[in-house]
Order: sequence, then C-alpha cells, then structure tokens
Amino acid sequence: MTSRRPSLLLYLLVALLATLFLGPFLWTVGSSFKHPTEIYVFPPLLWPQQMQWQNWLEVWRQVPFARYAQNSVGVTGMAVLGQILSTTLVAYGFARFRFPGRDFLFMVVLSTMILPFEVLLIPQFLIFRELGWLDSYKPLIVPFFFGAGPFFIFLMRQFFLTIPLDLDQSARLDGAQSWRILWSIILPLSLPALATVAIFSFLTHWDSFLGPLIYLNTMEKYTLPLGLRFFQLVADAGGAPREHLLMAASLTVSLPGIVLFVLAQKYFVQGIVLSGIKG
Amino acid sequence: MTALKEVRPEIQAGPRRLKVSLKRQEAITGYLYILPWLLGFLAFTAFPFLASFYLSFTDYTVVSQPRFAGFANYAEALSGDDLFWGSLRRTFTYAIVGVPLGIVGSLSCALLLNQQLRGTTLFRALYFLPSLTPLVALALLWQWIFQPDFGVLNFLLAMVGIDGPGWLSSIEWALPSLIIMALWTTVGGGQMVIFLAGLQGVPQELYEAVEIDGGGAWYRFRHVTLPMISPTLFFNLILGIIGALRVFTVAYVSTEGGPAYATWFYILHLYTQAFKYFNMGYASALAWIFFIILISFTYLQVRASRHWVFYAGDTG
Repeated sequence: MTSRRPSLLLYLLVALLATLFLGPFLWTVGSSFKHPTEIYVFPPLLWPQQMQWQNWLEVWRQVPFARYAQNSVGVTGMAVLGQILSTTLVAYGFARFRFPGRDFLFMVVLSTMILPFEVLLIPQFLIFRELGWLDSYKPLIVPFFFGAGPFFIFLMRQFFLTIPLDLDQSARLDGAQSWRILWSIILPLSLPALATVAIFSFLTHWDSFLGPLIYLNTMEKYTLPLGLRFFQLVADAGGAPREHLLMAASLTVSLPGIVLFVLAQKYFVQGIVLSGIKG
Repeated sequence: MTALKEVRPEIQAGPRRLKVSLKRQEAITGYLYILPWLLGFLAFTAFPFLASFYLSFTDYTVVSQPRFAGFANYAEALSGDDLFWGSLRRTFTYAIVGVPLGIVGSLSCALLLNQQLRGTTLFRALYFLPSLTPLVALALLWQWIFQPDFGVLNFLLAMVGIDGPGWLSSIEWALPSLIIMALWTTVGGGQMVIFLAGLQGVPQELYEAVEIDGGGAWYRFRHVTLPMISPTLFFNLILGIIGALRVFTVAYVSTEGGPAYATWFYILHLYTQAFKYFNMGYASALAWIFFIILISFTYLQVRASRHWVFYAGDTG
C-alpha cells in the first residue's frame, strides 16, 4: 500500500477480474447482434461483422414474448405491491404497539426465515388446488398481501425502530390516529427502507421460476422466465440457428434488474449490508 | 367526610381504568396491524408445515384420499429409491465445492476493492452485474458460452492448446460447469458487498498496532482481518451452503438433471416426484428429510462457529 509498484499490480488484478465478470456478457451481447449465418461458425466470431439490431426487435415479434413480458409485469407489480403494503403494516404493528405475545410472534417471524419453502411447497399446492387457483396468478400474488417474506418485515421493523418515538407521541397528543401517524410521519421518513424492500421484492418476483412452473399451465399465462424456458425448448428443437434470438431474449429479461441497479445502487448496498448485519 | 371518602377511590380508579382501556386499545390496534401476517402465517406456513409432516406418512397421489403408510415413504427414500442417495451426494458436492470457492473468491475481490484504489465504486458495480442475471437467463447465456463446438470457452481453451470438454453435455463436466456458473454470479454479488462492509468496519488502529509489531501483509490478514470479519464469513458460509443445497432452477433449465443424472439434484428429484409423478406423500417425506438435513446442518455450523467466530466485545 505504501509503494507505487504494488498498486500497479493491484490495478492489473482488478481489471483482470472485471474481464472475468464482464467477458460472458461481451460474448452473449455480441452473439445477440449476429446474423444467423454467423452463429454456427468455427472459429467463433467474438463480435458480428455487421450489427443486426433487428434481432432485439425480432424477439418481440415472436408473439408470445410480448405477452410473457406483459404477464411478468402484471404478476411482479401485484406481488411487489402486496409485499410493500403488508410488510409496512405488519412491521409497524411490531415496531410501535405493545400487545401480549408480541415478542414471541416476532420470534416466529424470524424463525420462518430459516424455514425452507420446499417443505411447504406440496401442501401449498394442494391448498391452492382446493381453492381452484391452479393456472391462475393468485398463488403467485395473494400470499404476498399476507406478509409473506419475513426478511422484509424484519428489515422494515428495524428501520421503524430507528425513528424517534417523540414524533409519534406529539402527533398522538394532537389527536392523530395510528394510521395517520404511519402515513404522514413514519412512511415519509422510511423511503430508503421502502425502496430497499421494493427493489429486492421486484428482483425476487421477476426472477421467480419454480412458482410459475408449478402453478401456470396455459402457455398464454406464462411469465418471462417460463417463456424463456419455452423459447429455449423451441430453439433446441432444431431448424435454423436461434441462439442470437435466445441471447437477445435472455439479455432483455436481465435488463430491468441491471437498469434498476444502475439507478439505485445505494439501496442495493444498503439492503445487502442490512441482511448481513442480522447474522 | 364520609362522602369524600366514598368519592376518593373513584377519583383514583378513574385514570387507572382509562390507562387499562388505553392499553387494551393499543393491543387491539397492534393485533390489527399484524393481522395480515398472522393470517398468512397460519394459512400458508403453519398449516402447510404440519400438513406436509402428516402427508409424509401417507400414500397420496392426488386422485384418491391420503392413506396412512407409516414410515414406508422414509424407508423407500433411504433404501428403495435409486436416485435418493445419488441426488443427495451430488447436491452436497455442489455445495461443499462451490460455496467455499465462492467465499474465497468474494473475500479476495472485497480485499482488492478495499485497497482504496481509484475507481473502486465502478469496479464494485461491474463485479456485481452478473449477480443481477435472472436464473433462467443465466442458464441460457452459459449454455451458449459452454457450447462445445461453437461456444467461446472451448475456442479460448483451444487457443492455449487445450481440447475443451463437452461441458454441460458431458457426464464428468456437467456438475463442474454448474459450479462455474454459480461462481460467476455469486463471487461479485451480495457476498462480496457484505465482506466489503465487514472490511470497512475493521478499526484502522488494529492494523497500525500490528504494523508497529512488524507484521507483514499476510500476518495482518491472518491476525487482524480474518478474526475481525469472522462473523461475516460465518454468515456468508451458512447462507451460501443453504442456498446451494436448494439448487434447482439452473439445473432444471440447462441440463434437466442430465446427462445420465449427473446433475440430478435433490430438489429436482423432489420436484419430479411431486409434480411429474404426483407422489405427494413420498415427495413430502423427501421435503422433510431435506428440512431435517438443513436444520441439523445449520445447528452444527452454529455450534462449530463458537470455536472460530470472534464477536467484537466478546471476552470468551
């Protein structure tokens, strides 16, 4: 750290690692712009001779893909909304009210964090089947209106606890109801925590595969991850090379997360670090 | 006099009763706020938890009523099912090889980014990008990288004179391929960010103290950094292993458990039994075996950690 030389070496190392992380993107982004005749060639072309911009549009003309995107936006949007709403209310309840059994119930919330959902998968499926919810989006949305996602409850509660109680109390003396206090005092101060929850909730639901795989049967109802999988099966079925379209599709699906990260890096880091601190 | 005496207890009781009713009011409001979670917990967690325990002792294939079968499902898993032990072994291989490699990688990256080099924020962001790739997209992107004939990886290997394997389509290389994919997404991801925060929390005085003692870089790392970040290390290790044992999506999409069951992981097995063959009773037993393994594993880790995790402010 003190001399100049090691620092040059360190820069080389940092750059080398960056190449390892970015290399796969370079190859797949390059492939996504290739002409079909450039796909099955050896030695492979790292970058297309001429950029085929229309590949990225072609993906959308593969009719179901636009449909899947629409479905994904809908399901993800609803699930995130439910998660934010229920998480806020529940965390507020745990952070600001005294009631018998509160600490025990909060312990229950925490312990469900280490409960692998695989144990619940089969009975949940049977419940939703009993309710007639199979092949609908309800199993992917409704539980999140009922406080599913214990980590988010924990995160919000911790954040609410850092807001001084005096603020609530003076509002209460003015005769404000508890939901008023939540809405006009607590929430405006909790925007960073809300952003963190919204981001991680979005990433989880956008990426969700096993749930849709189990619950959605009709092709028109597929979300993007299922649609990508379907696209892959079609592409593998042979015929003309489709890898350039598969790459364009995969990268398109990855894009919202990346954009979100670029825009809100701060909240990513905050959320991750918070998750590490509880350990 | 007497009248006053009669009145007094009421004067005293008034505010107290008010206090009691306020307390009750607060409790009711509190319960109302947590009600969504409570209902969801009962319906989607507690009940399914007990139900899956019950189902694991039954023969249930959805078409008929569950039939009590005692320990038959567990016996079937442990001694009758050809794929059970294999899937467990592969899953553990995947976790035991992949997670420590990932942690060493993440820690190295974090140490490097903690050297106060210029552009650190940019590099941290670049390292983080792969972890944002959705799992299905990850599987598809890497399928094309690993493509044996036209993929870039074997081309690069050929340039240095190595005849690359079939990767995902090779029985020996399919599992390592999945580990490589996992490393690409985990090394620069959340783990690294947590390590970085941990490193930034190490007090500078400690390093200065060791420097006076004449300790070198390795000495500093071994005797200051490592003990100070051991809680973070422990956290990442437990979460990493639990996450790795649950591997499903990537294997389902890129290899479907093949070739020749080389990547047939435990949850893939469970999924197939439950949702392809509708052996719900048997799959529930698989789920409970998995649950017991995870819980005991976590417990052992927590116990073992007492020997090597150092919490600042701890005396023993």
